[in-house]
Amino acid sequence: MAKGILKFNKDRCKGCELCVVVCPKMILKIHDYEVNAMGYRPISVTDMDQCIGCGSCALMCPDGVISIYTEEVPAK
Amino acid sequence: MKEKKLMKGNEAFAEAAIRGGCSLYFGYPITPQNEIPEYMSRELHKVGGTFAQAESELAAINMAYGGALTGKHVFISSSSPGIALMQEGMSFLASAEVPLVIMNVSRGGPGVGGIQPGQGDYRQVTKGGGNGDYHVPVFAPASIQESVDIIYEAVPIADEYRNPVMVLVDGMLGQMMEPVVLPPIRRQITSEEIAQKKPWALTGHKGERTHNVVKSLRLKPDELEKHNIHLEDKYKKMKRELIRYQTDRLQGATVVFVAFGTMSRIINEAVDHLEKAGIKAGIIRPISLWPFPDQAFDEIDPCTKVIISAELSLGQMMEDIKSAVAGRFPVELIYRVGGMVPTPMEVADKTKKILEVIA
Amino acid sequence: MKKIFEYTKGMLPVSTHYCPGCTHGIAHRLVMEVLEERGLLGESIGVAPIGCSILSHNYMNVDMCESAHGRAPAVASGIRRAMPDKIVFTYQGDGDLASIGAGEIVHAAHRGEKFTTIFVNNAIYGMTGGQMAPTTLIGQKSTTGIEGRKKEISGMPLRVAEMLATIDGAVFVERVALNTPANIRKAKKAIDKAFAVQEKRLGFSFVEVLSTCPTNWGLNPVESLKWLGKNMIPYYPLGNLRSPEEVE
Repeated sequence: MAKGILKFNKDRCKGCELCVVVCPKMILKIHDYEVNAMGYRPISVTDMDQCIGCGSCALMCPDGVISIYTEEVPAK
Repeated sequence: MKEKKLMKGNEAFAEAAIRGGCSLYFGYPITPQNEIPEYMSRELHKVGGTFAQAESELAAINMAYGGALTGKHVFISSSSPGIALMQEGMSFLASAEVPLVIMNVSRGGPGVGGIQPGQGDYRQVTKGGGNGDYHVPVFAPASIQESVDIIYEAVPIADEYRNPVMVLVDGMLGQMMEPVVLPPIRRQITSEEIAQKKPWALTGHKGERTHNVVKSLRLKPDELEKHNIHLEDKYKKMKRELIRYQTDRLQGATVVFVAFGTMSRIINEAVDHLEKAGIKAGIIRPISLWPFPDQAFDEIDPCTKVIISAELSLGQMMEDIKSAVAGRFPVELIYRVGGMVPTPMEVADKTKKILEVIA
Repeated sequence: MKKIFEYTKGMLPVSTHYCPGCTHGIAHRLVMEVLEERGLLGESIGVAPIGCSILSHNYMNVDMCESAHGRAPAVASGIRRAMPDKIVFTYQGDGDLASIGAGEIVHAAHRGEKFTTIFVNNAIYGMTGGQMAPTTLIGQKSTTGIEGRKKEISGMPLRVAEMLATIDGAVFVERVALNTPANIRKAKKAIDKAFAVQEKRLGFSFVEVLSTCPTNWGLNPVESLKWLGKNMIPYYPLGNLRSPEEVE
């Protein structure tokens, strides 16, 4: 399975958590202490290795915070 | 070669707009201007233009806004209550700085009123109706020929000031027939000319420029104040450049009439009657109602005894006259309303009575 | 590294003024993604309404104008008549479209105006602070109906997509929702078809987008998604109501 790599444009994040609830791997969470330029605590990833690149978080994000890339794993 | 034709007012107005380069018309039926949309529906497509009948005057002016913000020339028409509905849009267009030519073939009011000639919309058209600090220049011609010439001229005026411009007549001028020399056909604006002369127009950015926005919302007070002052500077320029009026026989006049449109035609006759009775009378005919021709009143001979506002309304223009006269002369009113039009004799008789009281 | 998802170039690189979790941001993005993928960003003219999305022209990278409250379909009709070769759309909320602009939307559909309307229905007035809209659900609280909407006083909520689907000129009508990733994918497909209809100049195309307003619903963004699914979708069923063969 393809492995996803998430990139966050954290300064646009409003901490709404819509991405958090749609992540099938439950690896997204609002950062514990970081605060962005708008005063929100932005999104972060707890374990990037588990990301399957499904795209749900980016689809759900109203603020264009999330970009997703993949490194394709060669077939065995 | 100049074409001279006998034409009904409303049809001549529509033809003048087409010849002036307007390619879009939006309107809604209302008497006494229906010949304008009817003419446009027949004729506009022949010059590559588009006619659309709107579901209301509200929709019509907003369609006109949509058409005009692409840079093309748009003409719309209506009558008094319809103009009231359009004034929301006029305020919006003035703020968004979108040009438009509006024909107002007015009728009697208030409310539904009647369809006979009246000038009871003087205040409505010169003092706003829409919200906020804005103005719409209003020209009030007195003949079909003059209407045609002003409509033709209004197209570049609206463009120059990026503001709506209104031409005001009444049902009398709309419905009567007069010989008229039509102006030459002005070529419609091309997309190249729009790109060059109207860089603000919405034409699709093609990835070649930043996106254009036509708007009137300015939430920050300092920005809105700046915009209001910018608009006011334009209105001041209009006051310097758009004033139009005619004067006649002011020298040595005992009485000076001020009248526009249909009423000014009656006054011309009344002046002749008075002259035969040994009373010298002069005329100031405002053609631009906003901006009001204040300076015309400086031309009044100091020997004049009284200024008479002759209106088909109850002293609406008299307010502007008093402001322009600034106490230099007494100002009286002669009026008929409700679609009633005085005869020249009636005006002459009323004038004699006014002079008796003053003397 | 291969791209799975990047923010569309159709959205300008600025933060929006929308409240956290407001789904306007998703609806904006979907429209711009569709226009970008169809190569139409430079050919499009958008009309913003009165309401929260009046400022959509700050975010959408297409030529845009503001319009008076409810009049966006009239403005779009004028643009369409002036520019027959462009793509024209309105983006309107439910106060703007279903209340004060009900006349304009019906007649734009009735004339078969060849533009697209994206109708964001969040069942409340957002910008003015949570007043009842024609689309507010029975029992739903608002600042002008603090005990919840009552049928006897305010009637039943207006189903705009169904109403417009009775009009011949409205050739594409679909209702979608933004409450789950699956529904967002469907929403994008519907918006894409609506613009396909316009590109082929088949008639008026309309997509009603069920959306959230966490601030005025008094719910957090995640609860709002659930509320939409539980309360709005049963009354405003999702799906296509009209679609021409040419885009199937």
